[in-house]
Amino acid sequence: MSVALNVSHLEKLFPVGSGHLHAVDGVSLTIGKGESLGLVGESGCGKSTLVRVVARLIDKTNGSITCGGTDIGSISARRFGTKPDRAKIQVVFQDPTDSLNPHLRARECILDPLKRLRQDLSRAAMHARVREVAGQCGLPETLLDRYPHQLSGGQKARVGIARALAVEPEILILDEPTSALDVSVQAVILHLLAELRAELGISYLFVSHDLNVVRLLCDRVAVMYLGKIVELAPTASLFETPQHPYTVALIDAIPGRARTLARLEGEPRSPIDPDPDTCRFYGRCPRSSDLCRTKAPNLTERTPGHRAACHHPMDPERSAEAV
Amino acid sequence: MSDPLLDVRNLSVRFRTRDGLVHALDHVSFAIRRRDALALVGESGSGKSVSAFAVMGILGSAAQITADRIAFDGVDLTSGTPRALREIRGRRVAMVFQNARSALNPIRTIGRQLTDFIRRHHGTTGAAARRAAIDALAQVRIPDPERRFDAYPFEISGGMCQRVMIAIALSCEPELLIADEPTTGLDVTTQAAIMDLIDTLASERGMATLLITHDLGLARDHCSRIAVMHAGHIVEEGPTDALFSAPAHPYTAGLLAATPTEVSSLASLCPIPGGLPDLRGTLPPCRFAARCARKTAACETESLPVVSVDPGHTVSCHHPALTAADRVSV
Repeated sequence: MSVALNVSHLEKLFPVGSGHLHAVDGVSLTIGKGESLGLVGESGCGKSTLVRVVARLIDKTNGSITCGGTDIGSISARRFGTKPDRAKIQVVFQDPTDSLNPHLRARECILDPLKRLRQDLSRAAMHARVREVAGQCGLPETLLDRYPHQLSGGQKARVGIARALAVEPEILILDEPTSALDVSVQAVILHLLAELRAELGISYLFVSHDLNVVRLLCDRVAVMYLGKIVELAPTASLFETPQHPYTVALIDAIPGRARTLARLEGEPRSPIDPDPDTCRFYGRCPRSSDLCRTKAPNLTERTPGHRAACHHPMDPERSAEAV
Repeated sequence: MSDPLLDVRNLSVRFRTRDGLVHALDHVSFAIRRRDALALVGESGSGKSVSAFAVMGILGSAAQITADRIAFDGVDLTSGTPRALREIRGRRVAMVFQNARSALNPIRTIGRQLTDFIRRHHGTTGAAARRAAIDALAQVRIPDPERRFDAYPFEISGGMCQRVMIAIALSCEPELLIADEPTTGLDVTTQAAIMDLIDTLASERGMATLLITHDLGLARDHCSRIAVMHAGHIVEEGPTDALFSAPAHPYTAGLLAATPTEVSSLASLCPIPGGLPDLRGTLPPCRFAARCARKTAACETESLPVVSVDPGHTVSCHHPALTAADRVSV
């Protein structure tokens, strides 16, 4: 599989009063062409920052980002906004109500990125593209002249997706695309996203806190904790034999499941200048030892394709139930 | 069977708006016994929160409330004097609101907000009230409660704000806790911790719970009974296990089929067609009819029957799925 996106040793530090907040701390991952990678973790773990850096909405501190072989990380986010490469990586934002301009009709909203990034197209071609992509997203032409407040939640979600797809991106970043929707509408949008990926062959970076949704839509899943990827594995492998105690706790916390491990106690450690020699999960982890305090674990391959960063991972031979 | 702790019968709520009368609730009846946990589930706009607000008597003046009975422990809440209501509200029935950060007063420390409540309902003052407040914070597992006592809501995390709300609600040892989406917007791990906390306190104190949620999994984990709401109607009510294993109402079956679970595949995930009907103006007797695959002419003309599926399991539908073969075809 050829690589659509490659992120290597990415860091994003924010200066705060007493030091630096390590929002993204040495993250490396790749997304293959047509692949869907899930990104999960608690709020504050840095997944939104990672998404914003990868989408080139903000600048990185260190590391590299390449998209389809082209380096897109070295140029400033501000200048990147007007480059043709901007079209390669697009974002569907979390709340379809907040992320649409209330003054623009659905048609103008989908047209806007075309006007900025596809100036080679004639006006007629742009409008044809709007109709085409709206059709792909299941938006009837009659709805295109409505303002966001005249559309339902599901319709607004479709406009958000159509806007991102208009410029034919190679990678679509979906930031909690269904968290603001009711379950009956969520099901429609999940089906739409799966169909679009099959039809267009684009890659997804799918950010969500709902692990049941991630399981349905993703080929692989990355689990993030305090700025670091702690586990990265094919979806089935991650859910059936989670290796990192944090992943186990996350899966356990899904409502409607039998519990296998004690609930997580306490709050995460401070992300401000964390001790590089201590595991980020130390203090909350039920399996921690002195080693975890003096030596931070690296992301290592435990079984083929399944990587975890832990000194005391779950035994892959045993099912999670036995813990 | 003992009298229910909370008994709501034929509660209807209409709102006067510029665009006409909105029929938000229509003949809603439910009851909670002591130590019991009932979940009201449904999509946004189904009337879950309005039901709770009507019980607490905190709807605004635009609401027209009619009910045959809203009674708490035998005391009628619709006809009581404001003074009698205040004795019940807050002290014997407490509420946890959605979105704790905006429900808390941003310019008062969390300690002040807790002691205000304790002073009002217990008459305790000074150091004793402070002691009680710190105990309440410790009980909801807030680390270092003495220091947090002087914190403002913006200084603590969302999960922590939610715990403070629960501490306030529980500080008067209520007999009934109404929890309106107590964990929306929180992480799954925090959600699990907060729901465990409510469960533990409920069983320690024999407190009854009314949980309002859109999350079927959450309702399943924490409640013994579930009432499913759609467009201002309770369409089905029954024991949790029966509702999950054998939903009788097409909407309940639809909700279950639309919710991703650990076993569902994308192919098995079925959306529910259509959306909530416009609640203004005249509505058909069955408000689900327009979205329903089992609809017949009767659904839009004849008033809805309440069918008893099993003892304690009722459904409001002309064509409920009552046999096993029926249920498969829903």
